[in-house]
Amino acid sequence: MPEPLVEMDGISKDFPGVQALADCHFDLYAGEVHALVGENGAGKSTLMKILAGVYRGDTGSIRLKGSPVAITSAGAAQRLGISMVHQELYLAPHLTVAQNIFLGREPRGRLPYVLDERILNDRAAELFEALHLHLDPRKRVSGLAVAQQQMVEIAKALSFKADVLIMDEPTAALTGIEIDELFRIIRQLRDRGVGVVHISHRLQELKQISDRVTVMRDGRYVSTLATADANIDQIISMMVGRTIFESAPELPEHPSTDVALEVRNLNRGRLIRDVSFQLHRGEILGIAGLVGAGRTEVARAVFGADQVDSGDIFVKGTKVRINSPTDAVKHGIGYLSEDRKQYGLALGLNLETNLVLAALRRFVGRLGWVRSGMTRAAADLQVRNLAIKTPSLKQIVRNLSGGTQQKVVVGKWLTAETDVLIFDEPTRGIDVGAKSEIYRLLNDLAHEGKAIIMISSELPEILRMSHRIIVMCEGRITGVLTAQEATQAKIMTFATQRASAA
Amino acid sequence: MKQSGGTSSIARWGSLGGGEAIQRLLAFGALVLLIIFFSFWSPYFFNFDNLNNILIATSVVGVLALGETFVIVTGGIDLSIGTVMTVSSVMCATAVVRWGLPVPVSVLVGIGTGGLMGMINGVLIGRMKLPPFIATLGTLNVARGLSLVIAGLSPIYFPTDELHGLIMGSTIGVILPAFPIPNIVIIMLGGALLAGLILSKTVLGRYTYALGSNEEAARLSGINVVKWKIAVYALCGLFAGLGGVLLAARVNSAQPTLGFGYELDAISAVVIGGTSLAGGVGTILGTVIGAFIVKTLADGLQLVDVPQEWQIVATGVVVIFAVYLDIVRRRARQS
Repeated sequence: MPEPLVEMDGISKDFPGVQALADCHFDLYAGEVHALVGENGAGKSTLMKILAGVYRGDTGSIRLKGSPVAITSAGAAQRLGISMVHQELYLAPHLTVAQNIFLGREPRGRLPYVLDERILNDRAAELFEALHLHLDPRKRVSGLAVAQQQMVEIAKALSFKADVLIMDEPTAALTGIEIDELFRIIRQLRDRGVGVVHISHRLQELKQISDRVTVMRDGRYVSTLATADANIDQIISMMVGRTIFESAPELPEHPSTDVALEVRNLNRGRLIRDVSFQLHRGEILGIAGLVGAGRTEVARAVFGADQVDSGDIFVKGTKVRINSPTDAVKHGIGYLSEDRKQYGLALGLNLETNLVLAALRRFVGRLGWVRSGMTRAAADLQVRNLAIKTPSLKQIVRNLSGGTQQKVVVGKWLTAETDVLIFDEPTRGIDVGAKSEIYRLLNDLAHEGKAIIMISSELPEILRMSHRIIVMCEGRITGVLTAQEATQAKIMTFATQRASAA
Repeated sequence: MKQSGGTSSIARWGSLGGGEAIQRLLAFGALVLLIIFFSFWSPYFFNFDNLNNILIATSVVGVLALGETFVIVTGGIDLSIGTVMTVSSVMCATAVVRWGLPVPVSVLVGIGTGGLMGMINGVLIGRMKLPPFIATLGTLNVARGLSLVIAGLSPIYFPTDELHGLIMGSTIGVILPAFPIPNIVIIMLGGALLAGLILSKTVLGRYTYALGSNEEAARLSGINVVKWKIAVYALCGLFAGLGGVLLAARVNSAQPTLGFGYELDAISAVVIGGTSLAGGVGTILGTVIGAFIVKTLADGLQLVDVPQEWQIVATGVVVIFAVYLDIVRRRARQS
C-alpha cells in the first residue's frame, strides 16, 4: 500500500466548556475522495480546520507525505498544499470574484507591490473555463447569489493547485445540477492525484462520490470503511451510536386549536415575501428551508428585531403592533437566536443574572433596587425546572456547556412568562447527548401549552419534533406539511422550489 | 449553467457600482452648491485670494484625510492623526533649530516621526489587539503631551524662511503668474495621486479593502493580517507626519498646541467623501472632495461673519451629519 498523503493521530481540541475532539484519527491517500460524516457537533469541521491551519490542536500529530508538520496558520497550510472550502462563506463582499480568488497571492506587475489586474482577471477566467463555470471575474461578490458565492469559494480552493482539498459541506447550498458539476470537478481532481476530503450531511452522496468513509461521533473517531462495502444504514447507526430519539418522548397527542400567534401577509423586501401562518397553543411548528430561505428573517420580524414593510401579527386573536423586541416581550413572545453566544446570553455574567434579565422589571423594588431575594428564587425555580447542571447560581455562563447554555436561554424566557417561543436552530453546536435533553424540553414546553416555532436545518430533527412543518424558499412559504405526511424528500422539494423555476 | 438569480444580481451589482459613482457625484455637487451659495452670500468669497486660502487650508487637513482613508477602509479609526501631526512638526523644527540638520533632512525627520507613531498604533491594534478607538485615543494624548515636552511648552521658530519658502512659494506662479497657487496645494494633490495609486493599484491597497470587507476571509487566504494592519496605520502616520511638516512650513514654526481637533475635520472629510466607517468601501477622490467641502464650509462661515465659537459648533455638527450619512448609505446598500 502506498504511503498516506495525510495522517492525523491523537488529535484533541478543547473549546471553553466543550471538548470538541478527543484522540481523533484520520488518514487520506493521494487520488482518493474520503468522505467524513457525523452528526452536527461530531467534530468533523473542527478536525479539518486543524488540518487547514484555522485552529491548532491541543494534542496529536499531523504527518504529510510521511514527515511530521506543524500547521500554524491558514497560510502555512496553503504553502503545504492543503486548501479548504469552508462551510461558512469566507469571501470579501466588496471585492470582485477574481480579487477574492487570488486574495493573498495577487499577480504582481513590473514594480514591486503593484498589482496587475489584467493578469488577475485572465487567470480567473482561465480557471473558470477549466472548471466549466460561468462566472464573471470582474463582478463584485456582494452581487452574487449564495450558490454562486459557494462556487467562487470552491474555485478559489481549487486554484491553489493543492495536493489536499478539504470541502466542508460544499453541496449544502447547491442544486442538483450544480452538485453534479461539482462532483465532476472532484473526480477530475481525484484522477489527477489530489486527495479530497468531502464533509457531508447528505449520506446519499457518499456512494456517488467517495472511495472511503470515516465516521465521527461526539468528537471521536468511530471507524473508516471502504464506501463500496458500506451501506447507508450501517453508517447511520455508527454516526448516531445510540438512538438519540428513543429517549425523547412522543409528541403530545394533539395541540389545542387555540391560535396563540397568527402572522398575515408579512413582507420585508426580498427577504420575506407574503408570509402567513398560524401557531396553536401546545404546538411545535417546524420551519424548514435551506440557508438563506428567510426563516431567521421571519422569526426576527415576528420578534420585532427587524422592521417589516407590511403585514399583521395577532396574539391570541388580537391584532398587535410589534415594532421592537420590547413590544414582543410585552406580548409574550420570546426569541432564542441561533447564535446564543452573541444574541442570547450575557456570557460574562452569572447564571442568576441571565435567568432574570428579560424580566428584570418584575424584580425591581420601589427605589429602583433589584430585589435579590426574588431574583434568586426565580432563578432557582428555573434551575430545578429545567434541570440546569451548574455548581451554583453564581456560575459565569461562559463556563457552562453548550447544551446548558441553551437551557439558560430557555429559562430566561420562561422567567419572562412568554407563551410563544421561537427557537432558531436550538441544537446547533450542542453535543449529541445534550440534544435529546433539548428535544425533551421542547416537548415538555409544548405539553404545558406553550406555542413553539422551531427553525432547523436538520431534517431528521424537524421531522421528529414538529406537529406541522412550514417549508420556505427565497422568502416565501412554498409548502406546509403535517407530521404524518412530511418526508425528507417532500421538504427538500419545497425547499428548492424557486419562484423563477415555477 | 446560468444561475436563476443571475440577472437580478447583475442588476443589483450595477446599482451598487452606480451608487458609489452617484455618491461621489453627490459630494462633488454639494461642493459646487456650497461655492455658489457662498459666492452669492459674500462678495469676498469668489476671488482668487480667498479660493487660494481655501486650497491652502484644505492642504493640511487633506493630507491627514488621505492617510485616514486607508485606516477607515480597513474598518478602523485613527483619532491620533491631529496630535501626531503636531509632534511631527515639533520634531521637524527641533531637527533644524536644535540639531542643526539641513531642512530636507528635517523634513524627513518630521515625516518619519509620524510614520513611527503610526507604526506604534498599528502594533497596538494589530499585534496587541487593542480596539482602534481606544488605542489611538491613547496615542492622541501621548503625542499631545510629547509635543509640549519636546518643545518645552513654547513654539519653536525656524531661524530662516527656507522651509516656508519651499512649501508656501509657488512654482506654478513662476510659469503662470496669474495663478500663484502655492506648492503646499500641489504637494497635497500629489499626495492624493500617490495615495490613490496605492489604494487602487497595489497589494497594500487591495489588502486594505480586504481587511475592511472581511478580515477573517483575509486571514484564511493566508494574508498576514497583523503585518498589513501595521503597514496601514504606519502609512496613515506618514501622511500625518507630512501634514506636520506642511503645517510647520505654513506658520514657519512648530506650535506645540496646534493640531488637536484636526482629526475630526479629517474624519469628516473621509466620511463625506463616501468612505464607510464599516470598512470595505472608499476612494481617495472622494476624500479629496470631502476635504474641500469641510474647508469651504469653514471659510464661508467665517466670511459671512458667523462667530468663531459657532464655527466650532458647526464642525461638530458636520461630523455628526457625516457619520449619519454613512449609516443611511449603508442601510440603503443593504436593502
